[in-house]
Amino acid sequence: MIENLIEIKGVKHAYATASGPLPVLDGLDVSVPEGSFAAVVGPSGCGKSTLTRLVAGLMKPDEGEVWLHGERVRGPRKTVGMAFQNPVLLEWRTIIDNVILPLEIVAPRMSRADRIARAMELLEMVGLTGFENKRPSELSGGMRQRASLCRSLVHKPDVLIMDEPFGALDNFTREDLWQTMRDLRRAEPFTTILITHDLTESVFLGDQVIVLSGRPARTQYVMQVDLPDDRTLDVLYTPPVADMLHILRDQIKIAQGRDVEVH
Amino acid sequence: MLGKIVVPIVAVLVFLGLWEALVWVNNWPNYKMASPSDLPPAFWKYKELFLVMGWQTLWRTVVGLFIAVVVGTALGMVIGFSRIAREALYPLLIGFNAIPKATLVPVISLIFIGQHDFNTILMAFTISFFPIAVSVGIGLSTLEPEYRDILRALGATRFTIFRKIALPKTLPEFFGALKVAATLAFIGTNLVEIVSPHGRGLGALFKSGETNGDYPLMFAVLIALAFLGIILYYAVVFLERIFAGWAEREAT
Repeated sequence: MIENLIEIKGVKHAYATASGPLPVLDGLDVSVPEGSFAAVVGPSGCGKSTLTRLVAGLMKPDEGEVWLHGERVRGPRKTVGMAFQNPVLLEWRTIIDNVILPLEIVAPRMSRADRIARAMELLEMVGLTGFENKRPSELSGGMRQRASLCRSLVHKPDVLIMDEPFGALDNFTREDLWQTMRDLRRAEPFTTILITHDLTESVFLGDQVIVLSGRPARTQYVMQVDLPDDRTLDVLYTPPVADMLHILRDQIKIAQGRDVEVH
Repeated sequence: MLGKIVVPIVAVLVFLGLWEALVWVNNWPNYKMASPSDLPPAFWKYKELFLVMGWQTLWRTVVGLFIAVVVGTALGMVIGFSRIAREALYPLLIGFNAIPKATLVPVISLIFIGQHDFNTILMAFTISFFPIAVSVGIGLSTLEPEYRDILRALGATRFTIFRKIALPKTLPEFFGALKVAATLAFIGTNLVEIVSPHGRGLGALFKSGETNGDYPLMFAVLIALAFLGIILYYAVVFLERIFAGWAEREAT
Protein backbone atom coordinates (compact mmCIF):
# COMPACT_ATOMS: atom_id res chain seq x y z
CA MET A 1 0.00 0.00 0.00
CA ILE A 2 1.28 3.47 -0.86
CA GLU A 3 1.58 5.75 2.12
CA ASN A 4 -0.31 8.96 1.62
CA LEU A 5 1.42 12.10 2.77
CA ILE A 6 -1.83 13.99 3.18
CA GLU A 7 -4.81 12.06 4.49
CA ILE A 8 -8.12 13.73 5.22
CA LYS A 9 -10.79 11.43 6.59
CA GLY A 10 -14.47 12.21 7.10
CA VAL A 11 -13.91 15.87 7.95
CA LYS A 12 -16.95 17.92 8.94
CA HIS A 13 -16.85 21.56 9.88
CA ALA A 14 -19.31 24.39 10.53
CA TYR A 15 -18.72 28.08 11.17
CA ALA A 16 -20.63 29.86 13.90
CA THR A 17 -22.63 32.73 12.40
CA ALA A 18 -25.23 35.12 13.78
CA SER A 19 -28.00 32.93 12.32
CA GLY A 20 -26.67 29.65 13.70
CA PRO A 21 -23.99 27.21 12.56
CA LEU A 22 -23.12 27.29 8.85
CA PRO A 23 -21.85 23.87 7.74
CA VAL A 24 -19.09 24.19 5.11
CA LEU A 25 -17.56 20.72 5.05
CA ASP A 26 -19.57 17.53 5.39
CA GLY A 27 -17.73 14.32 4.72
CA LEU A 28 -14.50 15.39 3.08
CA ASP A 29 -12.04 12.64 2.10
CA VAL A 30 -8.78 13.47 0.38
CA SER A 31 -5.67 11.30 -0.02
CA VAL A 32 -2.53 12.65 -1.62
CA PRO A 33 0.46 10.29 -2.06
CA GLU A 34 3.92 11.63 -1.29
CA GLY A 35 5.28 13.82 -4.07
CA SER A 36 2.01 13.97 -5.93
CA PHE A 37 -0.15 16.91 -6.87
CA ALA A 38 -3.82 17.18 -5.96
CA ALA A 39 -5.95 19.84 -7.60
CA VAL A 40 -9.21 20.62 -5.82
CA VAL A 41 -12.07 22.18 -7.78
CA GLY A 42 -15.63 22.98 -6.81
CA PRO A 43 -18.32 25.65 -6.95
CA SER A 44 -17.70 29.07 -5.41
CA GLY A 45 -17.98 29.28 -1.67
CA CYS A 46 -18.01 25.51 -1.15
CA GLY A 47 -15.37 25.50 1.57
CA LYS A 48 -12.22 25.01 -0.47
CA SER A 49 -10.30 27.64 1.47
CA THR A 50 -11.36 26.01 4.72
CA LEU A 51 -9.68 22.87 3.42
CA THR A 52 -6.34 24.70 3.03
CA ARG A 53 -6.56 26.09 6.56
CA LEU A 54 -7.22 22.61 7.92
CA VAL A 55 -4.20 21.10 6.19
CA ALA A 56 -2.02 24.01 7.32
CA GLY A 57 -3.11 23.42 10.90
CA LEU A 58 -4.53 26.93 11.16
CA MET A 59 -7.85 25.50 12.37
CA LYS A 60 -9.22 22.23 13.67
CA PRO A 61 -12.22 20.41 12.15
CA ASP A 62 -15.33 19.77 14.24
CA GLU A 63 -15.21 16.11 13.24
CA GLY A 64 -12.86 13.85 11.31
CA GLU A 65 -9.10 13.70 11.04
CA VAL A 66 -6.32 15.41 9.11
CA TRP A 67 -3.03 13.52 8.88
CA LEU A 68 0.31 14.66 7.49
CA HIS A 69 3.16 12.19 7.23
CA GLY A 70 1.36 9.69 9.44
CA GLU A 71 0.88 12.29 12.18
CA ARG A 72 -2.36 13.86 13.31
CA VAL A 73 -2.37 17.63 12.52
CA ARG A 74 -2.96 19.51 15.76
CA GLY A 75 -1.48 22.90 14.94
CA PRO A 76 0.80 24.76 12.53
CA ARG A 77 4.01 22.99 11.49
CA LYS A 78 7.21 24.22 9.96
CA THR A 79 7.03 21.76 7.08
CA VAL A 80 4.19 23.55 5.30
CA GLY A 81 4.38 26.27 2.65
CA MET A 82 1.44 28.45 1.68
CA ALA A 83 0.63 30.62 -1.35
CA PHE A 84 -2.53 32.66 -1.85
CA GLN A 85 -4.28 34.46 -4.69
CA ASN A 86 -2.96 37.68 -3.16
CA PRO A 87 0.85 37.31 -3.19
CA VAL A 88 1.00 39.13 0.21
CA LEU A 89 4.55 40.36 -0.25
CA LEU A 90 5.77 42.74 2.43
CA GLU A 91 6.20 46.15 0.81
CA TRP A 92 8.94 47.25 3.21
CA ARG A 93 11.17 44.35 2.24
CA THR A 94 12.99 43.75 -1.03
CA ILE A 95 12.10 40.67 -3.06
CA ILE A 96 15.00 38.64 -1.66
CA ASP A 97 14.13 39.63 1.92
CA ASN A 98 10.53 38.63 1.26
CA VAL A 99 11.64 35.23 0.02
CA ILE A 100 13.83 34.50 3.05
CA LEU A 101 11.09 35.45 5.54
CA PRO A 102 10.05 31.83 6.35
CA LEU A 103 13.69 30.93 7.05
CA GLU A 104 13.77 33.60 9.76
CA ILE A 105 11.03 31.66 11.54
CA VAL A 106 11.92 28.08 10.65
CA ALA A 107 15.72 28.25 10.73
CA PRO A 108 16.65 31.08 13.09
CA ARG A 109 20.28 29.96 13.27
CA MET A 110 20.87 29.72 9.52
CA SER A 111 23.32 32.41 8.39
CA ARG A 112 22.10 35.24 6.25
CA ALA A 113 24.50 34.25 3.47
CA ASP A 114 23.02 30.73 3.41
CA ARG A 115 19.49 32.10 3.39
CA ILE A 116 20.30 34.42 0.49
CA ALA A 117 21.99 31.60 -1.43
CA ARG A 118 18.93 29.37 -1.03
CA ALA A 119 16.56 32.17 -2.05
CA MET A 120 18.67 33.07 -5.10
CA GLU A 121 18.54 29.46 -6.23
CA LEU A 122 14.74 29.58 -6.24
CA LEU A 123 14.56 33.04 -7.82
CA GLU A 124 16.71 31.72 -10.64
CA MET A 125 14.38 28.75 -11.17
CA VAL A 126 11.37 31.05 -11.58
CA GLY A 127 13.27 33.55 -13.74
CA LEU A 128 13.53 36.41 -11.26
CA THR A 129 17.32 36.71 -11.19
CA GLY A 130 18.20 40.40 -11.27
CA PHE A 131 15.02 41.46 -9.47
CA GLU A 132 16.11 40.40 -5.97
CA ASN A 133 16.71 43.96 -4.75
CA LYS A 134 13.50 45.42 -6.16
CA ARG A 135 10.49 46.32 -4.06
CA PRO A 136 7.33 44.26 -4.66
CA SER A 137 5.54 47.34 -6.04
CA GLU A 138 8.11 47.53 -8.85
CA LEU A 139 7.16 44.06 -10.16
CA SER A 140 4.26 42.94 -12.34
CA GLY A 141 1.48 40.75 -10.93
CA GLY A 142 2.95 37.60 -12.46
CA MET A 143 6.42 38.36 -11.10
CA ARG A 144 5.01 39.04 -7.64
CA GLN A 145 3.27 35.67 -7.72
CA ARG A 146 6.57 34.01 -8.75
CA ALA A 147 8.28 35.65 -5.77
CA SER A 148 5.43 34.47 -3.54
CA LEU A 149 5.95 30.90 -4.81
CA CYS A 150 9.65 31.14 -3.97
CA ARG A 151 8.79 32.28 -0.47
CA SER A 152 6.42 29.36 0.05
CA LEU A 153 9.14 26.90 -1.01
CA VAL A 154 12.28 28.47 0.47
CA HIS A 155 12.26 26.37 3.65
CA LYS A 156 11.86 23.13 1.61
CA PRO A 157 8.39 22.25 2.92
CA ASP A 158 7.00 18.72 2.57
CA VAL A 159 3.62 20.16 1.72
CA LEU A 160 2.75 23.10 -0.50
CA ILE A 161 -0.73 24.49 -0.07
CA MET A 162 -1.94 26.88 -2.76
CA ASP A 163 -5.23 28.73 -2.65
CA GLU A 164 -5.99 29.98 -6.19
CA PRO A 165 -2.47 31.38 -6.61
CA PHE A 166 -2.91 32.12 -10.31
CA GLY A 167 -6.53 33.32 -10.12
CA ALA A 168 -5.82 37.02 -10.52
CA LEU A 169 -3.43 36.71 -13.48
CA ASP A 170 -4.13 37.09 -17.18
CA ASN A 171 -4.30 33.91 -19.28
CA PHE A 172 -0.83 34.00 -20.82
CA THR A 173 0.86 34.85 -17.53
CA ARG A 174 -1.09 32.03 -15.91
CA GLU A 175 0.16 29.53 -18.52
CA ASP A 176 3.72 30.71 -17.86
CA LEU A 177 3.24 30.14 -14.16
CA TRP A 178 1.85 26.63 -14.78
CA GLN A 179 5.08 25.72 -16.56
CA THR A 180 7.14 27.30 -13.78
CA MET A 181 5.19 25.23 -11.28
CA ARG A 182 5.84 22.05 -13.30
CA ASP A 183 9.58 22.82 -13.43
CA LEU A 184 9.73 23.55 -9.69
CA ARG A 185 8.14 20.18 -8.97
CA ARG A 186 10.75 18.45 -11.05
CA ALA A 187 13.58 20.27 -9.21
CA GLU A 188 12.29 19.95 -5.65
CA PRO A 189 10.17 17.21 -4.16
CA PHE A 190 7.01 18.36 -2.41
CA THR A 191 3.42 17.26 -2.13
CA THR A 192 0.85 19.78 -3.28
CA ILE A 193 -2.75 20.70 -2.70
CA LEU A 194 -3.93 23.33 -5.17
CA ILE A 195 -7.30 25.00 -4.83
CA THR A 196 -8.46 26.35 -8.19
CA HIS A 197 -11.46 27.45 -10.23
CA ASP A 198 -9.73 26.63 -13.48
CA LEU A 199 -10.36 23.11 -14.80
CA THR A 200 -7.63 23.36 -17.43
CA GLU A 201 -5.17 24.32 -14.72
CA SER A 202 -6.30 21.38 -12.56
CA VAL A 203 -5.64 18.92 -15.40
CA PHE A 204 -2.35 20.46 -16.51
CA LEU A 205 -0.85 20.52 -13.02
CA GLY A 206 -2.65 17.74 -11.17
CA ASP A 207 -1.94 14.04 -10.74
CA GLN A 208 -5.47 13.84 -9.47
CA VAL A 209 -8.38 16.25 -9.61
CA ILE A 210 -10.80 16.24 -6.70
CA VAL A 211 -14.26 17.69 -7.29
CA LEU A 212 -16.06 18.97 -4.21
CA SER A 213 -19.83 19.24 -4.03
CA GLY A 214 -21.63 22.51 -3.30
CA ARG A 215 -21.74 23.70 0.29
CA PRO A 216 -21.54 21.85 2.61
CA ALA A 217 -18.75 20.23 0.63
CA ARG A 218 -18.01 16.53 0.45
CA THR A 219 -15.70 14.72 -1.91
CA GLN A 220 -17.91 14.21 -4.94
CA TYR A 221 -15.55 12.85 -7.56
CA VAL A 222 -11.86 12.00 -7.93
CA MET A 223 -10.18 11.84 -11.31
CA GLN A 224 -6.71 10.37 -11.86
CA VAL A 225 -4.84 12.38 -14.48
CA ASP A 226 -2.74 9.94 -16.49
CA LEU A 227 -0.52 12.34 -18.37
CA PRO A 228 3.28 12.35 -18.50
CA ASP A 229 5.03 14.37 -15.76
CA ASP A 230 6.82 16.50 -18.33
CA ARG A 231 3.60 17.52 -20.03
CA THR A 232 3.64 20.65 -22.18
CA LEU A 233 0.84 23.08 -22.97
CA ASP A 234 0.25 21.15 -26.23
CA VAL A 235 -1.20 18.26 -24.26
CA LEU A 236 -4.16 20.48 -23.41
CA TYR A 237 -5.29 20.28 -27.04
CA THR A 238 -5.40 16.47 -27.24
CA PRO A 239 -8.57 14.33 -27.14
CA PRO A 240 -7.85 12.64 -23.76
CA VAL A 241 -7.60 16.03 -22.09
CA ALA A 242 -10.74 17.25 -23.80
CA ASP A 243 -12.56 14.17 -22.42
CA MET A 244 -11.24 14.81 -18.93
CA LEU A 245 -12.31 18.44 -19.06
CA HIS A 246 -15.73 17.40 -20.27
CA ILE A 247 -16.21 14.97 -17.39
CA LEU A 248 -14.99 17.54 -14.88
CA ARG A 249 -17.31 20.17 -16.30
CA ASP A 250 -20.27 17.81 -15.85
CA GLN A 251 -19.18 17.08 -12.30
CA ILE A 252 -19.10 20.81 -11.56
CA LYS A 253 -22.63 21.10 -12.88
CA ILE A 254 -23.70 18.33 -10.53
CA ALA A 255 -21.89 20.08 -7.70
CA GLN A 256 -23.80 23.24 -8.53
CA GLY A 257 -27.01 21.24 -8.32
CA ARG A 258 -27.87 21.35 -12.03
CA ASP A 259 -29.21 18.48 -14.13
CA VAL A 260 -26.78 16.81 -16.51
CA GLU A 261 -26.52 13.71 -18.56
CA VAL A 262 -23.54 11.94 -17.05
CA HIS A 263 -21.10 10.65 -19.65
CA MET B 1 16.20 69.62 -3.97
CA LEU B 2 16.13 73.20 -5.24
CA GLY B 3 12.34 73.02 -5.48
CA LYS B 4 12.05 71.58 -1.98
CA ILE B 5 13.81 74.57 -0.41
CA VAL B 6 13.31 77.50 -2.76
CA VAL B 7 9.60 77.00 -3.48
CA PRO B 8 8.47 76.97 0.18
CA ILE B 9 10.65 80.01 0.99
CA VAL B 10 9.23 81.94 -1.95
CA ALA B 11 5.73 80.95 -0.82
CA VAL B 12 6.39 82.27 2.69
CA LEU B 13 7.81 85.54 1.29
CA VAL B 14 4.76 85.99 -0.96
CA PHE B 15 2.51 85.38 2.02
CA LEU B 16 4.36 87.99 4.13
CA GLY B 17 4.23 90.45 1.22
CA LEU B 18 0.46 90.03 0.85
CA TRP B 19 0.02 90.46 4.60
CA GLU B 20 2.11 93.65 4.61
CA ALA B 21 0.15 94.99 1.60
CA LEU B 22 -3.18 94.20 3.26
CA VAL B 23 -2.28 96.20 6.36
CA TRP B 24 -0.75 99.01 4.31
CA VAL B 25 -3.68 99.35 1.84
CA ASN B 26 -6.25 99.45 4.65
CA ASN B 27 -4.02 101.69 6.69
CA TRP B 28 -4.72 99.60 9.80
CA PRO B 29 -3.04 100.68 13.02
CA ASN B 30 -0.96 97.92 14.66
CA TYR B 31 -3.53 97.40 17.46
CA LYS B 32 -5.95 96.24 14.77
CA MET B 33 -3.45 94.13 12.92
CA ALA B 34 0.32 94.18 13.14
CA SER B 35 2.21 93.92 9.86
CA PRO B 36 5.26 91.74 9.21
CA SER B 37 7.54 94.78 9.37
CA ASP B 38 6.45 95.28 13.01
CA LEU B 39 7.62 91.81 13.93
CA PRO B 40 11.44 91.93 13.79
CA PRO B 41 11.60 94.80 16.33
CA ALA B 42 9.22 92.86 18.61
CA PHE B 43 11.37 89.72 18.32
CA TRP B 44 14.54 91.71 18.93
CA LYS B 45 13.18 93.55 21.93
CA TYR B 46 12.16 90.33 23.69
CA LYS B 47 14.71 87.97 22.17
CA GLU B 48 15.74 86.41 25.47
CA LEU B 49 12.12 85.84 26.51
CA PHE B 50 11.40 84.25 23.13
CA LEU B 51 14.29 81.83 23.54
CA VAL B 52 13.48 80.90 27.15
CA MET B 53 9.74 80.66 26.73
CA GLY B 54 9.91 79.10 23.29
CA TRP B 55 12.05 76.35 24.81
CA GLN B 56 9.57 75.89 27.67
CA THR B 57 6.75 75.49 25.18
CA LEU B 58 8.75 73.19 22.94
CA TRP B 59 10.03 70.73 25.54
CA ARG B 60 6.68 70.40 27.25
CA THR B 61 4.98 69.81 23.91
CA VAL B 62 7.52 67.18 22.90
CA VAL B 63 7.25 65.35 26.24
CA GLY B 64 3.44 65.40 26.00
CA LEU B 65 3.63 64.13 22.44
CA PHE B 66 6.05 61.39 23.44
CA ILE B 67 3.69 60.17 26.16
CA ALA B 68 0.85 60.35 23.61
CA VAL B 69 2.86 58.10 21.28
CA VAL B 70 3.51 55.52 24.00
CA VAL B 71 -0.04 55.51 25.41
CA GLY B 72 -1.71 55.96 22.02
CA THR B 73 0.22 53.03 20.50
CA ALA B 74 -0.57 50.83 23.50
CA LEU B 75 -4.27 51.71 23.29
CA GLY B 76 -4.20 51.18 19.52
CA MET B 77 -2.71 47.71 20.02
CA VAL B 78 -5.42 46.80 22.53
CA ILE B 79 -8.13 48.09 20.18
CA GLY B 80 -6.53 46.47 17.17
CA PHE B 81 -6.09 43.01 18.62
CA SER B 82 -9.20 42.59 20.77
CA ARG B 83 -12.70 43.01 19.41
CA ILE B 84 -14.16 43.24 22.92
CA ALA B 85 -11.69 45.97 23.90
CA ARG B 86 -12.51 47.78 20.66
CA GLU B 87 -16.22 47.78 21.35
CA ALA B 88 -15.71 48.76 24.98
CA LEU B 89 -13.19 51.54 24.41
CA TYR B 90 -14.41 53.28 21.25
CA PRO B 91 -17.41 55.12 22.81
CA LEU B 92 -15.25 56.20 25.75
CA LEU B 93 -12.44 57.42 23.51
CA ILE B 94 -14.73 59.24 21.11
CA GLY B 95 -16.66 60.85 23.96
CA PHE B 96 -13.44 61.95 25.60
CA ASN B 97 -12.11 63.31 22.33
CA ALA B 98 -15.33 65.28 21.77
CA ILE B 99 -14.92 67.28 24.99
CA PRO B 100 -13.48 70.71 24.13
CA LYS B 101 -10.10 70.60 25.80
CA ALA B 102 -10.24 74.28 26.87
CA THR B 103 -12.91 73.26 29.39
CA LEU B 104 -10.50 70.78 30.92
CA VAL B 105 -7.84 73.38 31.73
CA PRO B 106 -9.49 74.69 34.91
CA VAL B 107 -10.32 71.12 35.95
CA ILE B 108 -6.74 69.95 35.55
CA SER B 109 -5.39 73.11 37.15
CA LEU B 110 -7.52 72.47 40.22
CA ILE B 111 -6.66 68.80 40.53
CA PHE B 112 -2.92 69.31 40.15
CA ILE B 113 -2.73 72.76 41.59
CA GLY B 114 0.55 74.55 41.06
CA GLN B 115 2.07 71.74 38.97
CA HIS B 116 2.39 73.88 35.88
CA ASP B 117 4.81 71.70 33.92
CA PHE B 118 2.81 68.60 34.72
CA ASN B 119 -0.51 70.23 33.79
CA THR B 120 0.85 71.47 30.49
CA ILE B 121 2.35 68.12 29.53
CA LEU B 122 -0.86 66.37 30.56
CA MET B 123 -2.91 68.63 28.30
CA ALA B 124 -0.53 68.20 25.36
CA PHE B 125 -0.85 64.45 25.83
CA THR B 126 -4.64 64.50 26.32
CA ILE B 127 -5.29 66.38 23.13
CA SER B 128 -2.91 64.38 20.91
CA PHE B 129 -3.14 60.68 21.79
CA PHE B 130 -6.50 60.06 20.10
CA PRO B 131 -5.46 60.11 16.42
CA ILE B 132 -2.50 57.85 17.23
CA ALA B 133 -4.64 55.30 19.08
CA VAL B 134 -7.27 55.22 16.35
CA SER B 135 -4.85 54.90 13.43
CA VAL B 136 -2.76 52.18 15.08
CA GLY B 137 -5.97 50.37 16.04
CA ILE B 138 -7.36 50.54 12.52
CA GLY B 139 -4.01 49.59 11.00
CA LEU B 140 -3.81 46.45 13.13
CA SER B 141 -7.46 45.39 12.88
CA THR B 142 -7.53 45.71 9.09
CA LEU B 143 -4.44 43.54 8.58
CA GLU B 144 -5.48 41.01 5.91
CA PRO B 145 -5.63 37.48 7.39
CA GLU B 146 -3.26 36.14 4.70
CA TYR B 147 -0.47 38.34 6.06
CA ARG B 148 -0.90 36.70 9.44
CA ASP B 149 -1.29 33.22 7.95
CA ILE B 150 2.00 33.14 6.04
CA LEU B 151 3.83 33.25 9.38
CA ARG B 152 1.20 31.56 11.55
CA ALA B 153 1.27 28.49 9.29
CA LEU B 154 4.96 28.13 10.20
CA GLY B 155 4.20 28.21 13.91
CA ALA B 156 5.38 31.80 14.51
CA THR B 157 4.33 33.35 17.80
CA ARG B 158 1.90 36.25 17.99
CA PHE B 159 4.72 38.52 19.04
CA THR B 160 6.84 37.53 16.02
CA ILE B 161 3.90 38.19 13.70
CA PHE B 162 3.41 41.58 15.34
CA ARG B 163 7.10 42.49 15.08
CA LYS B 164 7.70 41.25 11.55
CA ILE B 165 4.40 42.11 9.90
CA ALA B 166 1.75 44.04 11.85
CA LEU B 167 4.08 46.70 13.25
CA PRO B 168 5.92 47.68 10.04
CA LYS B 169 2.70 47.50 8.06
CA THR B 170 1.05 49.99 10.42
CA LEU B 171 3.94 52.49 10.37
CA PRO B 172 2.66 54.67 7.49
CA GLU B 173 -0.70 55.16 9.24
CA PHE B 174 1.13 55.79 12.51
CA PHE B 175 3.25 58.56 11.03
CA GLY B 176 0.23 60.10 9.32
CA ALA B 177 -1.42 60.32 12.74
CA LEU B 178 1.77 61.57 14.38
CA LYS B 179 1.84 64.57 12.05
CA VAL B 180 -1.67 65.51 13.15
CA ALA B 181 -0.82 64.78 16.79
CA ALA B 182 2.31 66.96 16.72
CA THR B 183 0.36 70.11 15.83
CA LEU B 184 -2.45 69.17 18.24
CA ALA B 185 0.06 68.86 21.09
CA PHE B 186 1.07 72.50 20.54
CA ILE B 187 -2.55 73.54 20.92
CA GLY B 188 -2.71 71.62 24.20
CA THR B 189 0.44 73.25 25.59
CA ASN B 190 -0.70 76.73 24.65
CA LEU B 191 -4.20 76.24 26.02
CA VAL B 192 -2.73 75.76 29.47
CA GLU B 193 -0.18 78.54 29.03
CA ILE B 194 -2.85 81.04 28.00
CA VAL B 195 -5.88 80.00 30.06
CA SER B 196 -3.92 79.20 33.21
CA PRO B 197 -0.75 81.30 32.92
CA HIS B 198 2.10 80.83 35.34
CA GLY B 199 4.55 83.01 33.51
CA ARG B 200 5.93 80.12 31.50
CA GLY B 201 5.87 79.35 27.80
CA LEU B 202 4.99 81.33 24.68
CA GLY B 203 1.33 81.32 25.77
CA ALA B 204 2.27 83.37 28.81
CA LEU B 205 4.25 85.75 26.62
CA PHE B 206 1.18 86.15 24.41
CA LYS B 207 -0.90 86.86 27.50
CA SER B 208 1.52 89.53 28.72
CA GLY B 209 1.49 91.17 25.28
CA GLU B 210 -2.30 91.28 25.52
CA THR B 211 -2.21 92.76 29.06
CA ASN B 212 0.27 95.45 28.05
CA GLY B 213 -1.39 96.28 24.73
CA ASP B 214 1.79 95.24 22.89
CA TYR B 215 0.12 94.05 19.70
CA PRO B 216 3.26 93.40 17.64
CA LEU B 217 4.45 91.12 20.47
CA MET B 218 1.21 89.10 20.29
CA PHE B 219 1.61 88.62 16.56
CA ALA B 220 5.29 87.77 17.02
CA VAL B 221 4.29 85.01 19.46
CA LEU B 222 1.84 83.58 16.92
CA ILE B 223 4.56 83.49 14.30
CA ALA B 224 6.99 81.88 16.75
CA LEU B 225 4.38 79.20 17.50
CA ALA B 226 3.88 78.58 13.80
CA PHE B 227 7.64 78.27 13.42
CA LEU B 228 7.91 75.71 16.24
CA GLY B 229 4.98 73.80 14.75
CA ILE B 230 6.73 73.62 11.40
CA ILE B 231 9.94 72.39 13.03
CA LEU B 232 8.18 69.63 14.93
CA TYR B 233 6.20 68.60 11.84
CA TYR B 234 9.34 68.23 9.77
CA ALA B 235 11.04 66.34 12.59
CA VAL B 236 8.21 63.81 12.25
CA VAL B 237 8.62 63.76 8.46
CA PHE B 238 12.32 63.08 8.96
CA LEU B 239 11.58 60.10 11.23
CA GLU B 240 8.99 58.87 8.73
CA ARG B 241 11.57 58.87 5.94
CA ILE B 242 13.85 56.71 8.07
CA PHE B 243 11.31 54.21 9.38
CA ALA B 244 8.59 54.13 6.72
CA GLY B 245 10.35 55.47 3.65
CA TRP B 246 9.30 52.35 1.71
CA ALA B 247 5.69 53.55 1.72
CA GLU B 248 6.59 56.56 -0.39
CA ARG B 249 6.16 55.94 -4.10
CA GLU B 250 8.70 57.46 -6.43
CA ALA B 251 7.19 60.29 -8.44
CA THR B 252 6.78 59.21 -12.05
